[in-house]
This record gives sequence, C-alpha cells and structure tokens, in this order.
Amino acid sequence: MAGSGVVTVYGNGALTETTKQSPFSVKVGLAQMLRGGVIMDVVNAEQARIAEEAGACAVMALERVPADIRAQGGVARMSDPQLIKEIKQAVTIPVMAKARIGHFVEAQILEAIGIDYVDESEVLTLADDENHINKHNFRIPFVCGCRNLGEALRRIREGAAMIRTKGEAGTGNIIEAVRHVRSVMGDIRVLRNMDDDEVFTFAKKIQAPYDLVMQTKQLGRLPVVHFAAGGVATPADAALMMQLGCDGVFVGSGIFKSGDPAKRGRAIVQAVTHYSDPQLLAEISCGLGEAMVGINLDEKVERYANRSE
Amino acid sequence: MVVGVLALQGSFNEHIAVLKRLGVKGVEVRKPEQLLNVSSLIIPGGESTTMAKLAELHNLFPALREFVQMGKPVWGTCAGLIFLANKATGQKTGGQKLIGGLDCTVHRNFFGSQIQSFETELPIPQVVAEDGGPPSFRAVFIRAPAILDVGPDVEVLSDIPLSAIETLNSNPAIQKEEESTESGKKVIVAVKQGNLLATAFHPELTADTRWHSYFLKMVPEIEGGTSDIVSTSTSNQSFGTRSIIDFPIYQ
Repeated sequence: MAGSGVVTVYGNGALTETTKQSPFSVKVGLAQMLRGGVIMDVVNAEQARIAEEAGACAVMALERVPADIRAQGGVARMSDPQLIKEIKQAVTIPVMAKARIGHFVEAQILEAIGIDYVDESEVLTLADDENHINKHNFRIPFVCGCRNLGEALRRIREGAAMIRTKGEAGTGNIIEAVRHVRSVMGDIRVLRNMDDDEVFTFAKKIQAPYDLVMQTKQLGRLPVVHFAAGGVATPADAALMMQLGCDGVFVGSGIFKSGDPAKRGRAIVQAVTHYSDPQLLAEISCGLGEAMVGINLDEKVERYANRSE
Repeated sequence: MVVGVLALQGSFNEHIAVLKRLGVKGVEVRKPEQLLNVSSLIIPGGESTTMAKLAELHNLFPALREFVQMGKPVWGTCAGLIFLANKATGQKTGGQKLIGGLDCTVHRNFFGSQIQSFETELPIPQVVAEDGGPPSFRAVFIRAPAILDVGPDVEVLSDIPLSAIETLNSNPAIQKEEESTESGKKVIVAVKQGNLLATAFHPELTADTRWHSYFLKMVPEIEGGTSDIVSTSTSNQSFGTRSIIDFPIYQ
C-alpha cells in the first residue's frame, strides 16, 4: 500500500490479495455459501422477516423496490442506515444493501454499520458515470452487475467478489436477464474452445484484463459466484436462470409486488433448489395468486442496465 | 463408496469437487429417498435457516434423524454443525429445526457478521496424526458458529483462543461471552462424537483435503458395490444438470 515505496510487478496471480484483514477468499467465501439460494429485496424489517421465513438465503435492504423507483422516478439513493440496522436486527440471515455506482462514501457508511455485502447497483441513480468504486479498499465484499463477460471481468478486477447479471430490474420481464446470462455463458463457451494465442485479442475485444480472461478460460466459468437478477417473477423464471447455469437468483419486485409474497417467496426458493425437477416445479407453481404486473420492454422504457459499462 | 452431500443450498458443489479430487463420488441429496443410496453424508455450509426451511418443506428431518441414529457417518461444516447440534442459540425469531445427535451447544453466528469473518492457521493434531502433512490447517470462517460447551462423549479436535481474533471488541456476542468467563478463553471449532464430525469452518473452500480424507476414514469399508449402481439412477429424469466446475481454490 501507500508509503512503502516498493514497486511491485503487476499481475503475479490473477486474484491474489491486498488487505490482510479480509482476504479475497473470505469475501468470495460468503458468496459461495449463498449458492443455490434466493436473495430478496426488502424495504423494511417486516418484509425481511417474511423473506427469512420464506427461506431467503439473504435479504437486500433498499429504499424502494425497483418497480417503485421506475413508477415514481426521482433520484434513488442508499437507504436510511437506521432502516438497514432495523432489518439487520430483525433477521439472522446475511443483510446486503445497495450503494450508488461510484459513491464510495455510501459504501463506507454501509461498511461502518456492519452489513454483510454491498451491491454497487445500477438500479440506484449513478453517482459517477465514469468510475466504479475501487472495491479493493474495503474489507466488506461487493456484488456488481454485468451484461456481458467483459463487464463482469472489469468489475472483478475492481474488486467485486460476486457478480450478478443485470437483467432489467423492476419490469417483471425476464427477457433481458436471459439475454445477459446467455451472453456471459456464450462468451465463456467460445473462450474455452479458443486457442491460447487468440486470447490476447479476445481480451482486447471484450475490454477485460488478460489475466482474468485466461483464468476464466481455465476454469470454464466466472472466477466468482454468479447470480441472475432483474425480472424474475415466477418459480419458472428462477429455475430458468438456474438451468442456464447461474449459481443463484436475486428477486426484487417480483415477491413483494405480488398478491401473496410469503407463498411466492417460498415457491421461488424451492424452485431454485429443485430447478432440474419439472414434476416438483409444476407442483410448487400451483395457486400462487397474482404475479407482479409486468412491463413490456419497448423503446420508451428506460434501460437501467445501460447506465454503466 | 458413494458419499451423499445435502444439496438444498450452500457449498455442496465445493464438497463434491473436493471428493472428486480424492477419487470419491459425491451425489447430491435433495429428497428423503435419496438418503437410502448413500453410506455417509456431508451437510455443507450455507444459510442454516434456509436449509432448515427447505428440509422441513420436503419432510427431510425424520429421514436425516434416522440416518444419524443408524450410526452412519455424518459431517457438518458451518451450517451443518448447527444442524447436528442438540442445542443452538442465536436463532431467528421462532427458532429453527435441528437434526440433533451431537451433544453440544452451538452459538449460531458466534463471530458476528461478514466484516468479522476471517481465516487463520488452525492447529489440528488429531487429523495430522491420521493424515500427516503440516501441523496447521488454513481454516476459513464465514459468519461462523462456535461450540460453547460439549458433553462427555465429545472429542474436541480443535479450538482457537479468542484473543487470536483481532476484531474481538467490535463483536457483542464475544463480549458477552467474555464477561462470564476469564480472558484467554478458547472456543471450540471442531469436534467428533462417534459417527459424527463437525467443523465451524469450511474445509471445502481450501485446497487442503485432509479433513475430507479424515471423514472418509470414518466410513466403514463395506464391500458389495450395490450403492454405486443405485445412486446413478436417481438423476435420470432431470433437465439442465450441468457438470460441476471448480472454483479457484485458494492454496
């Protein structure tokens, strides 16, 4: 770090780490514990309790669910720390919270109140339209959004310990989520079959650091946990994301904008565990009440996913 | 030999990947009937609340309790440790179901939230005696539980002094613990009781496979080969199952 005056050669191992207190393995470790689970958006302690009872593996605290941000407009910010503290006290599962892209002070505040994960999210209004937070400077782990492989690896290089494909939050429409997951998975499949000599140009093309591209090629997957997000509204949507190869699912407006949040939440949790069992999926999809109202994505709808690169 | 890994949620893929490196087949267990095909079971790390909910919804608890009582080897890591304990404190409102069997009291989330998660070099004399290798093990603690007290039949395999944890003071759970006891107090993080093994940390996240070999040695070598044939048929009807790809393993 600063002050030592020693020049270290860049890139001695793709994901080696930095601060002593919270090595990258510990940051990625929690994400690995969340695999095969559902992370639910909640706006107060009461909703957090419902999510916990439904079997969520973590909750995401935010000021308004994305569907409301879309409907009401205005600047969306980090939620009130008091509210996050209340949510943290109400449940025993990990609590995440959203910070605006590039707003490192919001992230510092979230670290200070001791939450478990920060989501640097495009759903909130941007604070910096050029730079993301330098996530290496934090002991708390970060999850970031992406639309394609290049974007995912750029975020990982900035220090993200978990990736979620963006989808289109607050729409209840799965099409963008499918597009982004297929883009990431498709690029990884192309990369796996590529000659090592071609990886340099490929890294340039997707604008990602070469060492991470090479690591992804060797692993055959993203080097961190990869969840799907943005538009999941039914158990079938969640199972679709899992069958496409994601490690788990974020559900935002889909649960608390539906007719029966407790029941739908429970069904989506079961769908993620039993994603490859159509018999069971049929059983748990029955009689869930009304799903959230969806939005068809024509040109007039603002694409949150395109807010950051 | 086929080892079952409870695959409701959490790090079950990581466990199966380690078993694969040791040349042992690990199968995912999601339903009660799948327990009949395995000779031993690993309960992975994850969110114990979530896993308890899912186990309850699919009526897994009676089968799991029977599995433990039959004397078949069961190993719980982190959330799995909570599952196996007879008593757990720090649960969610309304409590959560446990399998039980391990005579100890576990404090769920003892070390606090993610910011207090850490890794440390843990001395593991009993495991070294069996499997050799360096005297300590790189143990990753993620929002980990700890064992507060154990019954007479429980063998303590590892403990850590509380003073070793730097973030001690910021953690209310540990502070409370310290008030009631002397400083220099140790907390238990790995135990064995008959057929049950439990660790508060995650050997599935690191490259060292000694804990997995230690567990596999607890499995009695019953020849017959029937389980191999049965187990493969359980995943026939599923869609979209994909080959497990390992994560980067931290050396």
